[in-house]
Amino acid sequence: MSQDESYFAARDLSMRFGGIRAVEGVTFDVRKGEVFSIIGPNGAGKTTIFNMISRIYTPSGGSLHFAGQDITRIAPHRIAGLGIARTFQNIELFSHATLLQNLLIGRHAHSHVPILSQLAFLPSVRQAEIDHRRKAEEVIEFLGLQRYRDQLIANLPYGVRKVVELGRALCIEPKLLLLDEPSSGLNVEETEEMGFWIQDIQKDLGITIIMVEHDMKLVSAVSNRVLALNQGRILSMGTSAQVQSDPEVIRAYIGGAPEPAPEKEAAI
Amino acid sequence: MRAMFRTSYAQDLLLARSPAAWGWYGLLMLVLLAIPHMLGEFYVGEMAGVFVFAIAGVGLMLLIGYTGLVSLGHAAFLGIGAYTNAILLTKGVPFIFSLPAAGLLTALFGVLIGIPTLRMSGLYLAIATLAFGSIVGIVLEKWHGLTGGFDGLAVPTPAIFGYVIEGRTGVYYLSLAILVAVLLLAMNILRSPLGRAMVAIRDSEISAQSMGIHLAFYKTVAFAISAGITGLAGAAYGHYTNYLAPDGFGILLSIQLVTIVFIGGLGSLHGAIFGAIFISMLPQAIALSRDSLPFGLGRLPGLEPSLFGIILVLVIMFEPAGINGRWLKAKRWFGEFPLHRRAAFRRQKSYAKSERLR
Repeated sequence: MSQDESYFAARDLSMRFGGIRAVEGVTFDVRKGEVFSIIGPNGAGKTTIFNMISRIYTPSGGSLHFAGQDITRIAPHRIAGLGIARTFQNIELFSHATLLQNLLIGRHAHSHVPILSQLAFLPSVRQAEIDHRRKAEEVIEFLGLQRYRDQLIANLPYGVRKVVELGRALCIEPKLLLLDEPSSGLNVEETEEMGFWIQDIQKDLGITIIMVEHDMKLVSAVSNRVLALNQGRILSMGTSAQVQSDPEVIRAYIGGAPEPAPEKEAAI
Repeated sequence: MRAMFRTSYAQDLLLARSPAAWGWYGLLMLVLLAIPHMLGEFYVGEMAGVFVFAIAGVGLMLLIGYTGLVSLGHAAFLGIGAYTNAILLTKGVPFIFSLPAAGLLTALFGVLIGIPTLRMSGLYLAIATLAFGSIVGIVLEKWHGLTGGFDGLAVPTPAIFGYVIEGRTGVYYLSLAILVAVLLLAMNILRSPLGRAMVAIRDSEISAQSMGIHLAFYKTVAFAISAGITGLAGAAYGHYTNYLAPDGFGILLSIQLVTIVFIGGLGSLHGAIFGAIFISMLPQAIALSRDSLPFGLGRLPGLEPSLFGIILVLVIMFEPAGINGRWLKAKRWFGEFPLHRRAAFRRQKSYAKSERLR
């Protein structure tokens, strides 16, 4: 398989918490430049997969590969440096810092000035800071966040925070972007807008995206391929339409095809 | 409100936001430089005390206010700095070496206490640092050969290039110089990636890690810098008191230092200064009002610590942003007068996070 065909790969991935098998034997490949969505009912193991990719959890079994490199055992703080960025389901922004500072923290993986020169704020640090700022401003412009630039995150509405988190991830200049429920908590218009941004990120910036999402409208609108999970196992994989019409997936969501009802005895 | 018109990114990296701010800080500096020539010995000494506490306050602010790690053992760092400086001076090391040595050795102790406590946070970290504080206290007591134990240790008068730093005025200028240097250092930290990494760790460790921040490394660095600055404060403290005794660096001092940070206002360098002013003024205020309090309250033992406690609780309940928060609100109120909106000054309840990853 060429590297583009399997830009990111999970092989036989498992995660157990004590006796609970959150993820079991999950194998999938993500192609370079595609939007790959993971869907499934609550507790299917979607976020667990994300947490394994960003190395918050160490997989109990299996391996993860990114751009030809095994990343299963890499230190969590090195993931960003490899070009993998993520957002969080419940928004994990730095809420007592301004929007701009949040984006600049996103630049951390790209800052290499030694601590001692930072203490003295040498000209090299100043120049690096200006370069980071320029990059952050590009992201602000891309997402249209200019008016909130100097506001504390704690004072921003929820919908804007979602976009800021996306922006902070973009500041990492990722090659692979993990979006954990980008539409959760957003209203219909905001969700639609989020869909446009995801498409822009894919097409204009050429970033590969893995997305966990519940909103099937958004999933169908942006995804190249969809993976359906239930109780830690793969149910179905394919295009959005294929997956949505898969009887297994429908059963997992709705709770089984209507079986012929047993004859009821007439009451009274 | 005045609007800032910014024309370059470099402008946001300046230490003061506007020429007017430079003017005000310059004026403040001039006044501070002139004070020993205008006020009496007593006030100069009190001000030097404020500076010493402010230095330690800045050090602790970086740790608690910016990195979100609570330490109840900072009096130990103050003690290590004070004793290191005093012992080196006694052994004949010149002051220009003994002062940085005090800072560096204390920073090293900061690393030592930082490494085992990295996996802890919140209350557990507070307890671990508390234990460290009492261990250091006991060592200072028992290591008679080095510290003189309860006999105490006289701090030699320092001299820089033959210029002797003597009396209240000398200590005043010395601690002012250290304070200014430490503030510059802290401001440099806060405008560089290091400071942002600290803030990131404070607000969300999990996403800090996803941004590529090495938690253990940056927490250790924060501990080291905070301890080092507190060590410098300790060196100045030694010259302020002229005499070191081990029981001076106990839990009460640690709590005073934490109080500086909380009452001053978490997450602001101004807050560290405000807190230091407050903490130095309070004993004076108590002493002055001791006789006028009814029912013999003024003669109650433990009045001072309990007042510290009560004030700390009240501040946390009613003004979590501390004195600095009040200051910013007052500035804003005057800036917008008479068009201020009452809602702008009301405390807001932020929404609670659920299912937060640990």
